[in-house]
Amino acid sequence: MTKKSLLLAAALLAAGAGTSAQAETLKFAFQGALNALDPYSLNETFTLSSLGNTYEGLTRRGADLSIEPALAESWEVLEPTRWRFHLRKGVKFHNGSDFTAEDVAFSVDRVRSEGSDLTTRVPADAKVEVVDDYTVDFVLASPNPILHYEWDTFYIMDKEWTTENDAVKVTSASDTTPNYAALHANGTGPFKISSHEAGVKTVYEKNDGWWDEAKHNLDTVEFTPIGSDATRVAALLSGELDMVYPIPVQDIKRINDNAGTVALTGPELRTIFLGMDQMRDELLYSDVKGKNPMKDARVRKAFYQAIDIEAIKKKVMRDLSTPSAIMISPFLFSKAGEFERYPYDTEAAKALLAEAGYPDGFSIGMDCPNDRYVNDEAICQAVAAMLARINVKVDLNAQPKAKYFAKILASGGYDTSFYLLGWTPGSLDSWNVLSNLMNCRDESGAGSPFNNGGFCDEKIDSLTKEILVENDPEKRDGMIAEAFKISHDNAYYIPLHQQGLAWGVADNVDLVQRADNQFKFRFVTKN
Amino acid sequence: MIGFAARRLLQAMIVMLVVALLAFTMFRFVGDPINQMVGIETSLEEREALRERLGLNDPIPVQFLRFITQAAQFDFGTSYQFRQPVSELFAKRIPATLELSFASALFALVVGIPMGIYAGLNRESAISKLFLSVSLIGISLPTFFIGILLIFLFSVTLQWLPSFGRGEVVQVGSWWTTGFLTLSGLKALILPSITLGLYQMTLIMRLIRAEMLEVIRTDYIKFARARGLPDRLVNFRHALKNTLVPVITITGLQLGAIIAFATITETVFQWPGMGLMFLQAVQNVDIPIMSAYLLLTAFLFVAINFIVDILYFFIDPRLRVGRP
Amino acid sequence: MPYVSNEEAKAAVQDRAGIPPAPSRLARIVDSDMFHSFLRSKVTVVAACGTLILFLLAFLAPWVAPHNPFDLASISILDARVPPVWMEYSDPRFLLGTDDQGRDILSAIFYGMRISLIVGFCSVAAAATIGITLGLVAGYMGGRVDAVIMRIADVQLTFPAILIALLIDGVAAGIFGSIDREVFAFYILIVSLALSFWVQYARTVRGSTMVEKNKEYVQAARVIGIPSVTIMARHILPNVMGPVMVIATINLALAIVTEATLSFLGVGMPPTQPSLGTLIAIGNDFLYSGEWWIAIFPGLALALLVLNVNLLGDWLRDALNPKLR
Repeated sequence: MTKKSLLLAAALLAAGAGTSAQAETLKFAFQGALNALDPYSLNETFTLSSLGNTYEGLTRRGADLSIEPALAESWEVLEPTRWRFHLRKGVKFHNGSDFTAEDVAFSVDRVRSEGSDLTTRVPADAKVEVVDDYTVDFVLASPNPILHYEWDTFYIMDKEWTTENDAVKVTSASDTTPNYAALHANGTGPFKISSHEAGVKTVYEKNDGWWDEAKHNLDTVEFTPIGSDATRVAALLSGELDMVYPIPVQDIKRINDNAGTVALTGPELRTIFLGMDQMRDELLYSDVKGKNPMKDARVRKAFYQAIDIEAIKKKVMRDLSTPSAIMISPFLFSKAGEFERYPYDTEAAKALLAEAGYPDGFSIGMDCPNDRYVNDEAICQAVAAMLARINVKVDLNAQPKAKYFAKILASGGYDTSFYLLGWTPGSLDSWNVLSNLMNCRDESGAGSPFNNGGFCDEKIDSLTKEILVENDPEKRDGMIAEAFKISHDNAYYIPLHQQGLAWGVADNVDLVQRADNQFKFRFVTKN
Repeated sequence: MIGFAARRLLQAMIVMLVVALLAFTMFRFVGDPINQMVGIETSLEEREALRERLGLNDPIPVQFLRFITQAAQFDFGTSYQFRQPVSELFAKRIPATLELSFASALFALVVGIPMGIYAGLNRESAISKLFLSVSLIGISLPTFFIGILLIFLFSVTLQWLPSFGRGEVVQVGSWWTTGFLTLSGLKALILPSITLGLYQMTLIMRLIRAEMLEVIRTDYIKFARARGLPDRLVNFRHALKNTLVPVITITGLQLGAIIAFATITETVFQWPGMGLMFLQAVQNVDIPIMSAYLLLTAFLFVAINFIVDILYFFIDPRLRVGRP
Repeated sequence: MPYVSNEEAKAAVQDRAGIPPAPSRLARIVDSDMFHSFLRSKVTVVAACGTLILFLLAFLAPWVAPHNPFDLASISILDARVPPVWMEYSDPRFLLGTDDQGRDILSAIFYGMRISLIVGFCSVAAAATIGITLGLVAGYMGGRVDAVIMRIADVQLTFPAILIALLIDGVAAGIFGSIDREVFAFYILIVSLALSFWVQYARTVRGSTMVEKNKEYVQAARVIGIPSVTIMARHILPNVMGPVMVIATINLALAIVTEATLSFLGVGMPPTQPSLGTLIAIGNDFLYSGEWWIAIFPGLALALLVLNVNLLGDWLRDALNPKLR
């Protein structure tokens, strides 16, 4: 086909499709589905990101992730255990009812109720006091400088609407009739949901009565879930969609070379790392019997130094990753620059192994997800090949995330010897990393539930407790650095990299790619 | 007749019961549904409480009994992912799958029958051999690969046809949606129908060819020819008519297979049908959807089998003496 | 057409095996006859040679492949995605280029073909064993035994291979907590393919057995007190082997394609022991990025292999069908 006739065909298609081009419609696809519309039923990035276009929290995060006032105009810490929030006046929900302090109190109760998946958004022992229609106090049991860090995804619901529609109880899977709030949405945000068919299509419409000045120029947004990577990319390349995410790193070049589309890339906050079983006296999956080689820091360091992170960056991630020496993104921790990775050195790694008593290596089973992180399985395969060079034979078990998580997390009894995991602290703060990944735990997971390797360092535990209640930022960061240093010195984890974000966007669309991988329509303009 | 039908009906019901038991026991062990329903940060106590509420801690026979009594009333529970009744979800997805299946069956018949007739009548011709070889390629490449190659060629490179979805659909009646009435809907049907129908087309073509080869060698046709009837008349009036009986039977039966195998095509083309929903359910360990899908396909097969058996009873008198 | 062949046709079609075997009237096929028809068809001769070459390449992979893609210590991620030798930036070590992990595509195809063929042969053997046994028993015994076996077959038909594989995968994960794909994937494939293929053998064999058992020589054998097992094995079995061979050949091709589809769905062979299907599934991710060789070469190899086997099956079916001679 000649270029001319190709252009002609494209023009014909455009003419057929574009007759009603007055109203701006954004069509986009994501790899997963938007299931329930209840903002408290699933603590998952995409769901919360989508609902954040319809619902709003007391705070929100801007393009650079800084915390901004949203439904609360301002707030002050009256005393370390009492926070006062001044609410925005004149805000209306999509159904026309007014937003008041009662709605906040109601939402706090509901988010902490049975069936909610976001119960940790507000501490269980915190109390809410309604001062007047537009003032709310949160009374805490202990000081908490990061109380509101995750409130950009704690959405406020309308008390009247929820009560009238008999949806006070959060929809749980055991209900045989769906809760009204799971199928309908009524927020204060810039977009209303005009139709929603879970797993097929969701249509949003502009909310003309939004309290903030609209910077977007969209009238309608259509969302379609497309699970297959190839199909998703094809739909962007063929011009059927304006935006798709995520896109596989290997297709970035193709999308950039294609006329009319561009790949937006940027760092994501998620840190990808390797963990090792350091709790059991004998590894579940290994030919070493009677002892656990991973309890030896020299073996862990040998693994660390055997990994050529630059090769992974270049070949697997196509430069779309930032090798990391610590377990949190450098964007979220001021002292990240003080850390440096152990150098890649196969000889040093072999020497360490020999010193630890394994000159001929050993075998170990590795668990890996294959549909969760960017090129997760390929990273694991590359790691397996690299460890083969120091005579460690890796038996790789890569599985879909549902089965993977069921195996390696607390619910599966931490059934793993060596695994790859990614972590984004929801509060965008280091304390979350320490308390979830680095404290001691028991067999059932009490303590740090996601410390799958189960290592236990009392010093990190005590630092974590102090960090939580420390209000002085400089002192706090110092203690965080100390805890991370202990982890680094002992190689409790092998951090790999922060993966990159990659979104595919049509040239005529302007948008903001936030590092938390949330897609907000309010930043979008389409020409 | 009544005795025969009753016996077959009883057998069909036993089959369904066995399938239900299989569906229940197997799916009871696939992954952990709790992990799917909650986020990664949900505590162990909350998980346990949810497990209790869902009845996942009840004794297995109790769970099974609950399962079949509800299934018999088309109540398959609530989907873990969507938090909506499974029967409603299926009602919404069924039109998409049936329309795709119908279009691909149509494609298979319209292309397969003429090719089969030609190849049967001209056994040694080069074109017949070409048909046979080309059709073999259709069954030599996996469906998903064919679909992806078609998308690459017709959507990405030529930009002629859409790569995903049903296009614009029109609501017909209270719950049926159709893509047959809009241009974009029809365009969206082309690639998935070819992908799904290619296999059946090959099958039908080869079946017709084989039947033709046999029929034109029978005394009956030889006799017709000997009587001096024109070739065209013999071929189409007598030979084809005889050929079509098994073909029609088999096409009917194939409809069930098409629906079952639409899963892969639907995955590649993001076709919002029940096959896609089933595969997503498998990945997300959504047990209610999986068991409902299994029971529905089983029901379809068993029902078609039953009807065909009853039809044979009328067609083939020998059967009336009873099954061997 | 007798009642039996309707059953057969249903079985064949529902199994999606493709081409239903013609009803066997059977079939005193003299070897020379077959050999004659074989030589007459040039296509068949070519297909047979092609199949032979591909089989040899596959089973001699450790000796003929330039690299060993299973030896993790010998592959380097730095060699990843090298194009075929006739393109720019290629590497003479890798004739058809490398995949995303730096494995030589040509070697991976040889080894992958071996795995695909092993999966194919094992599953066909298993399916044929189960199917022939149950078919013989059902056809010979008749009555209640027959009804039970055929109802089991009905249940089986409601589960396509893909569904069975997903089920077994899940069940195994449920029973063993979680499964090591490297160890179990192979067995899961064999079991699920065998479970979905056996019905076809059973129905065909049952049909033929029902015809045979009423023949005088079998009646006579029974009268003189020869045990049933002996009658089945010595007298009936040889007579039904023709159609079984046809089904087996076609099933081999089908098994290879089905395994590829299962790999696409994530329940096939793991990427550390790739079959042809796994290689295609991996390569799919690189089609748009210009690294087409990762998917296309294994795809071609698969198509060639299956095409050749199917052509042989075709010829076998026609050659064994007495009505066509």
